[in-house]
Amino acid sequence: MLKRWLKYTTVATALALTPLPSFAQSAPAQGGDIVITYKDDIATLDPAIGYDWVNWSMIKSLYSRLMDYTPGTPDLVPSLAESFDVSSDGLTYTFKLRKGVKFSNGRDVVASDVKYSIERAVDPKTQGPGAGFFGAIAGFEDVSGGKATTLSGIETPDDGTVIFKLSRPDATFLHVLAINFASVVPREAVEAAGGDFGKKPVGSGTFVLKEWTIGQRLVFERNKNYFVKDMPHVDSFTVEVGQEPLVALLRLQKGEVDIAGDGVPPAKFLEIKNSPDGANIIVDGEQLHTGYVTLNTKVAPFDDVKVRQALNMAINKERITRILNGRATAANQPLPPLMPGYDKGFTGYAYDVAKAKALLAEAGYADGFETVLYSTNTDPQPRIAQAIQQDLAAVGVKAEVRALAQSNVIAAGGTEGEAPMIWSGGMAWIADFPDASNFYGPILGCAGAVPGGWNWSWYCNKELDARAIAADAMSDPKIAAERTAAWGSIFTDIMKDAPWIPVINERRVVAKSLRMGGEGNIYVDPTRVINYDAIFVKP
Amino acid sequence: MVFLILRRLGQTALILLGVAAITFLLLYALPADPARMIAGRSATAQTVANIRTQLGLDQPLLTQFWTYLQGIVQGNLGRSYAQKTDVGALIAARLPATLVLMAAGICVEVVLGVIFGVIAALKRGGMVDRVVMMASFVGVSAPQFVVALLLLYVFAVTLGWFPMSGFGSAAHVVLPAATLGILGAGWYARMVRSAMIDVLNQDYVRTARAKGLSSARIVFRHALPNALLPIIAMIGIDIGQFMGGVVVVEAVYGWPGIGQLAWQAIQQVDIPIIMGVTLVSALAIVLGNLLADVIAPLIDPRIRGR
Repeated sequence: MLKRWLKYTTVATALALTPLPSFAQSAPAQGGDIVITYKDDIATLDPAIGYDWVNWSMIKSLYSRLMDYTPGTPDLVPSLAESFDVSSDGLTYTFKLRKGVKFSNGRDVVASDVKYSIERAVDPKTQGPGAGFFGAIAGFEDVSGGKATTLSGIETPDDGTVIFKLSRPDATFLHVLAINFASVVPREAVEAAGGDFGKKPVGSGTFVLKEWTIGQRLVFERNKNYFVKDMPHVDSFTVEVGQEPLVALLRLQKGEVDIAGDGVPPAKFLEIKNSPDGANIIVDGEQLHTGYVTLNTKVAPFDDVKVRQALNMAINKERITRILNGRATAANQPLPPLMPGYDKGFTGYAYDVAKAKALLAEAGYADGFETVLYSTNTDPQPRIAQAIQQDLAAVGVKAEVRALAQSNVIAAGGTEGEAPMIWSGGMAWIADFPDASNFYGPILGCAGAVPGGWNWSWYCNKELDARAIAADAMSDPKIAAERTAAWGSIFTDIMKDAPWIPVINERRVVAKSLRMGGEGNIYVDPTRVINYDAIFVKP
Repeated sequence: MVFLILRRLGQTALILLGVAAITFLLLYALPADPARMIAGRSATAQTVANIRTQLGLDQPLLTQFWTYLQGIVQGNLGRSYAQKTDVGALIAARLPATLVLMAAGICVEVVLGVIFGVIAALKRGGMVDRVVMMASFVGVSAPQFVVALLLLYVFAVTLGWFPMSGFGSAAHVVLPAATLGILGAGWYARMVRSAMIDVLNQDYVRTARAKGLSSARIVFRHALPNALLPIIAMIGIDIGQFMGGVVVVEAVYGWPGIGQLAWQAIQQVDIPIIMGVTLVSALAIVLGNLLADVIAPLIDPRIRGR
């Protein structure tokens, strides 16, 4: 039996998310050409490959997907899909496409494009990082293993219908269809680009790439044929790359730049914040981020749960938020507050040096022990690692701080028995989509506790893994609240074993010029950072 | 001369092979796994294994190096891991800016260095000499970042004479070139000064003076050309250095040069780009030195006989 779902209504309510302040306080105006700066060059605009926080939001705007999010919120809405049905067993998803949507090359978007695009993302030859998200689609193993090139689980009975057959229920599947890797691309443009599609993108999103001068600038122009009326708002945005954040900020104050994408350098933060226009320049938005210290459960003495719990009480998290100029809040559980499933009532391990010492003594470490704390080597991470080091010293634990390049820390984390403690700053988990399951598998589940994995605590709790699988099978949107609660309790139960010290939830800072309009949550959008579709120039 | 150039080109090929081998070995000996970096955090073990196979990273190191060399010989620098595009194209896109900044920077440092070096040599031991030498000392020891930001703040932000950042017009190149020039001029000034002092003490200069030549003629016609040799050699070295990218200056002024490309690639463990940039700058250093060696005899007949 199929249940009919109509667009916009049911999904949002079913997901039962915390309401966010409306971003439409000042009505968006149409028009305007704006300039945005970034320090690093844009790596690629290929939606099957791009996976950093800078190109993520540009790819969001260049392409469209079956599902998307209401700007500024984690609320799922159909986008390229007009409507969809989910079978009662959660194994079949049927989408009806909007009619008359065109790629920027002029051709209509049809069902086979959706199928092609997802197969391309899964195809090993694409070397895309997102293949694993589509693991629930029937036939996934054959394509990812190189045995087939088409996914048997995607059917296109006509140009306007796409049917997904899953091999197991996946409650996150609608989110999966909203991530960039599910962006719809035209095969002929991909093939014509000859491996350079990332530099010559063709999509059906809100913007079209007009110019790309490597190492200098990218110009995105409004897609006049975009299928939502009055979207996007600005006529064009120019991305200037290679711009030092400090200089970008000076240019912003002079009116040459509208958005400094890298935010405000720590040294300038208070000066800008306390300036007369400070509050209007700095956008300080919550994101789906948790910064944590991993305690390697396979390295002594962290194999003792009492030691892990004791260290959870030893860290002065408030002091760390001060190192970040207050751009963070103390965390007590793995999930960030914005994530559905976050437990507001949970208190975790309060900062208590005396109790921490007592618990260490109970575990047989009254005199403390020596260990190593890994951290990345870019400011402010080593300073935070030092603050943690001092806190540990206060309970008798002598930690050597080892500040290395990010890739080396990641390598150490993924090597069994290598890194006793890692401060995750600079590589902390930011959710790919706003669903609690995304905070579990790779970083706290057994699947991630493998060589080269991201579960740097090497924590594997079979009972919780079973509960996670059960929660992800609850794909009936009617029981979404129940599922969210199930996930929430998994994370608070994890804290009994204390494989992490959840430290902070960091907010992202973007600087914008005074003429830019709209609320903060479209400049730091929980699902895409800058939402180029929704930002606008004040009339 | 032709023989010299041919022999040097042969040496160049050997040097580049050595540079390639060492860089390759060092990069692949890193603990970071490029396949892991590309695959990102959400990748399954299968995805990582697939990427490793696609990139040929599962081949023995020698096989990988051989494949790379075969590409190089065909003028193919490989494809960037992170950007999934030809490394050659990425480097080529940044060559114009790199060449412009290199030429402008060298011009500024040579002009400033020669002028102040000659003045200091002529006023040896005097107040002017001491001021110039002190200034050159400050110049060579000042951090690039500080000088770049200082010039930017004064001439772009406060006075608004030049654009703050970017590439394209003549005005854009002034501040980055001035930064490089000011920092490099100190070396040239010191070198010109000591070379000039050396030359001014020579017998033929005394003869020229005895003949009654004007001091301008003595300095510019007789002394300076003979003091220029070390400058030529130094320019040869600078060509190589600036071609390898001037990361800090490029970063402050948003200059789209090779340095920025290399810096980002290092952070992303994008080995093909790091290899490509290293080879290009090694090539530039070798060619810069070759150029200096070819030009030197044209300026100084004494070398020709050798």
